[in-house]
Amino acid sequence: MRSCREVSELVSKSLDVHLSLRERIAVRLHLMMCKHCSNFRKQMLFLRRAGAAYMEHREKTGGKGSVKR
Amino acid sequence: MAKSIGPDRKESRQERGITLTDDTLTQHRSVLFRYALLHLRDPDQAEDVVQETLLGALQSDAGFAERSSLRTWLIGILKHKIADQQRRSVRETRLFEPDRVGSDEDIEEDLFNPEGSWMSPPNAWSHPDQSLEQEEFWLIYEWCQQNLPARQAEVFMLRELVGLEPEEICKEVGLSSTNYWVTLHRARLRLRVCLEARWFDKQQTGDK
Repeated sequence: MRSCREVSELVSKSLDVHLSLRERIAVRLHLMMCKHCSNFRKQMLFLRRAGAAYMEHREKTGGKGSVKR
Repeated sequence: MAKSIGPDRKESRQERGITLTDDTLTQHRSVLFRYALLHLRDPDQAEDVVQETLLGALQSDAGFAERSSLRTWLIGILKHKIADQQRRSVRETRLFEPDRVGSDEDIEEDLFNPEGSWMSPPNAWSHPDQSLEQEEFWLIYEWCQQNLPARQAEVFMLRELVGLEPEEICKEVGLSSTNYWVTLHRARLRLRVCLEARWFDKQQTGDK
């Protein structure tokens, strides 16, 4: 069984790349049993949403509508 | 040999058979703009340097086969334009101060015991997405983000805010792939701790 420290690394990494099958299984088993890491995973997903929302927020509040796409 | 960058540059570009078109460059505008916005707090200034960058790119006669190398090249130009702008601007704020050292220290030792269990386990955050609607949350978020060690802040922002691919960031920042993952993970760990302590724990106390 992997430790919370190892699982938190894998959870973080899984936001950006596909984990190996072995890693995915290890993470899933761990998350089923560990509320803390399960919270951690939700928070990592939140951080990603927050990062994207932060940029939208910046573009909205800082600008005078000069953003061209 | 001097290159023509006068009003007739479009013609001369076509004559030389350059592969860069307005369309290929415009695809990268959004990433370039976000990159510039992180370094220059003023969106108008950010827009200006992006314009200058795209114009500069069109005037150059370099041809690029791959999209990723084109973007790397554009960001290279953009960095110079940002530096020029920052020299001109008094109210610029540099995010990645080179003197913010003590950088990439190991936060894991503070978060996990020797067996690898959480010393202070992550609590469930209540209604995190509602926070995104609150002005005060963004002040805290920004504070936490900017107080990350410089390298971590840079990697995190390039990934989550600008949206560069991991390989692009490794090149940009000069990190091996392994160090990239470690750095990004530490940034996330720190940001999590900071947001929990300064925002989410307080929200829950306030709810009661």
